[in-house]
Amino acid sequence: MNEQKIFSVSELNAYIKALLDGEPLLSGLYIRGEISNYKAHSSGHHYMTLKDENGVLRAVMFRSDAYRLKFRPENGMKVLAHGRVAVFARDGQYQLYIDELIPDGVGALYVAFEQLKAQLSAEGLFAPEHKRAIPRYPARIAVVTSPTGAAIRDMLRILGKRYPLARVRIYPVRVQGPEAPAEICEGIAFVNHYRLADVLIVGRGGGSIEDLWAFNDERVAHAIYRSEIPVISAVGHEPDVTISDFVADLRAATPSNAAELAVPDRVELLARLHASEAQMLQAERHRLEAGRQHVKALAEKRVLQSPLNYIQDRRMLFEHVRERLISAAGRAVSEKKEKFVRLTAFLDAMSPLKVLSRGYSVAMRENGQIVKKADELEAGERLNIRFSQGGALCRVEETRPDRRAT
Amino acid sequence: MTFEQALSRLDEIVKQLERGDVPLEVSLQLFEEGTQLVKKCSSALDRAEQKVTILQKGENGEVTEQIFQGGGEDAV
Repeated sequence: MNEQKIFSVSELNAYIKALLDGEPLLSGLYIRGEISNYKAHSSGHHYMTLKDENGVLRAVMFRSDAYRLKFRPENGMKVLAHGRVAVFARDGQYQLYIDELIPDGVGALYVAFEQLKAQLSAEGLFAPEHKRAIPRYPARIAVVTSPTGAAIRDMLRILGKRYPLARVRIYPVRVQGPEAPAEICEGIAFVNHYRLADVLIVGRGGGSIEDLWAFNDERVAHAIYRSEIPVISAVGHEPDVTISDFVADLRAATPSNAAELAVPDRVELLARLHASEAQMLQAERHRLEAGRQHVKALAEKRVLQSPLNYIQDRRMLFEHVRERLISAAGRAVSEKKEKFVRLTAFLDAMSPLKVLSRGYSVAMRENGQIVKKADELEAGERLNIRFSQGGALCRVEETRPDRRAT
Repeated sequence: MTFEQALSRLDEIVKQLERGDVPLEVSLQLFEEGTQLVKKCSSALDRAEQKVTILQKGENGEVTEQIFQGGGEDAV
């Protein structure tokens, strides 16, 4: 029998552990596999095995790394796991300690996309009531995108052709890769903070779903939601659709489409201006023509046509009325005059003096009472008789009353 | 007056003139104002040159703005 060292279990495990720990490759690597036996512990740690057709690998993701997960791991999901491989001595197993887990392959990405979409929709980020209207005539436009590439070139060309009045500001960002979401958020926040634009375009040119992935990032979604400046999202080409497209106030199918949506077309505006001018001209023409007609109609009225005739007519009428007035007045006066003369004559005839001058006399008793009846007198009574001229004091010899019954 | 305000005033004037409910001298004044606005807006659209700038972050984090070279109108 050879002299062979006899190892204890712990010693062997430690040996293997040291072996693995000393291997630089195993200190940080990417592994591709499919999740199975997945369990999310109440502790916050995630346990799973990664497998492919030929084997399995135990894996764990501690809570300190798992909180960054942007999707819910599920059995059957194909993933890329980054981490280190080390021995867990207690179990006599080596396992992968995952620090980063990302969906691998298009299918997995779509699942992550659908999960986030459902989550943000439930949070209300896509609510139509929250969407702002894009201003019709923006004076300033901000674009958060890559400063190189076809997307920005196309946008600037179309903006310049349609509506050069709008000032364009570019906030350059990376549009793919792990730093992209943070930079995009920063761009949106900066433009908002300094109120640099009336409308904001966020986007990039076409690419694979992985290329566009930054625009599915939850942070970007929230930044767009919080933006007080209306946001047009312009990510990729049809039929690419990203979370940003759902949150934005308006979705453009492509970056070029975003430029069309953001501004009016100057050709159309010029046509509208000329149409307005024509409308004003026509309205004024009508107005002036109507005015002219009115003046013409007035001019044709008789009073303006031959004013002298008109005045003459009026004068004749005036004279006619005057004469009637005068003769009426004259008649009235002479009538009154006649009446006056008659009355005067009548009065005159009634005057006592006139009566006396006709031969009548007035007899008065001594007390002044005028005698009207003979039987008022007594024989021997003294009477004053008044004649037209002078009078006499008389004594009654005899009274002679009338025999007629009174 | 911004471009947008000018357009909106022009619309107002056209409506008023078409309604015809202002006195003749006022309508002539409005017509004059309207024609001036059309001139101003048309020339703004014809003569405007697109202005594009790019924001750059310096090492200290301060942001500067420069004229954007490249990526502009394609040479025709």
